[in-house]
Amino acid sequence: MSEPRTLLAIDHVSKNFGRVTAVDGISLDIRENEFFALLGPSGCGKTTLLRMLAGFETPSDGRILLDGRDIARTPPNKRPVNLMFQSYALFPHMSVRANVSYGLEMERLPAAEIRSRVDAILATTELVPFADRKPEQLSGGQKQRVALARALVKRPRLLLLDEPLGALDKKLRGAMQLELKRLQHEVGITFVIVTHDQEESLVMADRMAVLRDGKLLQCDTPHTVYEHPADRFVADFIGVMNFVPGKVATDGVMASNGARIAGKVPAALPPGASAVASVRPERIRLFPEIQTANRTTGTVEALAYHGLDLQLHVRTPLSPKPFLVRVTADAADRRPVSSGDQVELGWDAADVRIFAE
Amino acid sequence: MAPALVWLTALMVVPCALVLALAFFRRGIYGGIEYTFTLENFGLVFDPLYAGIFLKSARIAGTATLIAVLIGYAAAYAISAAPRRLQPVFLFFAVLPFWSNYLIRTYAWIVLLNREGLITQLLRWFGYTGEPPSMLYTEGAVIAGLVYSYLPFVILACYAPLSRLNPELAEASRDLGASAMTTFRRVILPLTVPGIAAGAVFVFVLSIGNFVTPALLGGGRFQMIGNLVYDQFLTANDWPFGAALAMALIAIMLLVLMAQALAADRASGRAAEAKGNADG
Repeated sequence: MSEPRTLLAIDHVSKNFGRVTAVDGISLDIRENEFFALLGPSGCGKTTLLRMLAGFETPSDGRILLDGRDIARTPPNKRPVNLMFQSYALFPHMSVRANVSYGLEMERLPAAEIRSRVDAILATTELVPFADRKPEQLSGGQKQRVALARALVKRPRLLLLDEPLGALDKKLRGAMQLELKRLQHEVGITFVIVTHDQEESLVMADRMAVLRDGKLLQCDTPHTVYEHPADRFVADFIGVMNFVPGKVATDGVMASNGARIAGKVPAALPPGASAVASVRPERIRLFPEIQTANRTTGTVEALAYHGLDLQLHVRTPLSPKPFLVRVTADAADRRPVSSGDQVELGWDAADVRIFAE
Repeated sequence: MAPALVWLTALMVVPCALVLALAFFRRGIYGGIEYTFTLENFGLVFDPLYAGIFLKSARIAGTATLIAVLIGYAAAYAISAAPRRLQPVFLFFAVLPFWSNYLIRTYAWIVLLNREGLITQLLRWFGYTGEPPSMLYTEGAVIAGLVYSYLPFVILACYAPLSRLNPELAEASRDLGASAMTTFRRVILPLTVPGIAAGAVFVFVLSIGNFVTPALLGGGRFQMIGNLVYDQFLTANDWPFGAALAMALIAIMLLVLMAQALAADRASGRAAEAKGNADG
């Protein structure tokens, strides 16, 4: 496969508001036709970065190259970039059709072309029956589709989506995640989505960037970010992680109780340095029947049944916080456990990630 | 409900009914009222002389309304664009003149506009040496006085919808390719029309019946309907004709108010219907 083409290059972009630095020297490339997620807790700078891509903010420093051309100072109405607002920002005095036509009218296209393009996008987003309704006559999911249609009909080089699913209830959100991915595939437009929901970006994104305090921590595929987090914050923010604090020892971390957690120590960490060893809940085996490099015993403090799996909180001598262990329903049936039981846990050295504290 | 009804009857319905009744009687030879039924007074209202005054009043009120809406909307727009915590301060200053007496505010314009007034002095200070401009006792002075007096109403009426407008709507319009001007014309203006209409009706209704401002700034011979009614009651002693004029004026105001109420009702009716469809 040939190297994917870079569509948008964010090059050392910073944004200061007075003395506050919202975005701090971020560089990343977004590729043609990919579904890219900007992920981070609130206040991490992801929305400011998005607003700079849309043209509502101007970078204090750095360049934003779209197809190699710097658009950092191009006004929003002169960029081939469209934004789907978190509030949807549908024009309340216009019908669905008028909302969707608006952007094409601004391009002064012939009426017949506007009509056919609007009809096509209304069909794609399943909005045909609602074309003559006003936004206030629509449900949340329908409004979201109108906002999407209004941006997509412009055929932007880049579509930005600001927390697009935030206003929807959980069930609808799951359906819309797949819907958005299907649409992105269908229209062949590069999507950049901003979200604080790590699960959302794992499900939808081809690649994702994790931001914190205006800085880029990691930019990679969801699989790599999940399996090989760049640092402790990313490991904690994405998914669930069990941490064992301690000091760097040979081929592992020495926990405070003297037990050694075997795992690969990053080259940058000198022996004796403060570190955490970490392992995902689904990598821990309950009563392991095979030899595992790491083993501990603990007491089950709580159980949570999730249908697909069972989540156990296990108090161990390794860490102050209980371990979270996910056991498949199958395994739980074979050897039932209940609160207060003594259990044995084991996991492989290959599943351990070690980070600086 | 009941106490309100009593007040309304005592203070509104009864006096209005009395004035209306007056209009159907004849004027006494030495002033006063001769209690014989006639429609003459209403006929006289349509006499070209008096109809002309009605038209002139409507023109002045209309001009004042237009100018007040232009200035008031711009002011309200600027206030709504200011930082949130400064907005109440600006609004306070915009409405501040309102707290002083109407007469004093109107007199202030005499000080500004008279031949040796502040504006003339300012012109002299800039080196103007010719005849002082005659600004006082003109139609322009009356319009300026009316605009100044009722501007706060327009600012408040326009500020309400402007401040409630989601700023993301303007951003969305820009994002979709519209210039700032097009965004204003197609998104901001249509969504704030109700405020403009409310402010405009207010200024027009208060202006067309005004008699203090034309009397003070228009000079003794400048007549609007308000002055005419005033004269019939207090100078000419022709109460029945004064009553007929007053009724005609009230009819005009009611028409304007009803037109606005009807338009607002239709707008909200559409909204209600829309809601019904969404539920169904």
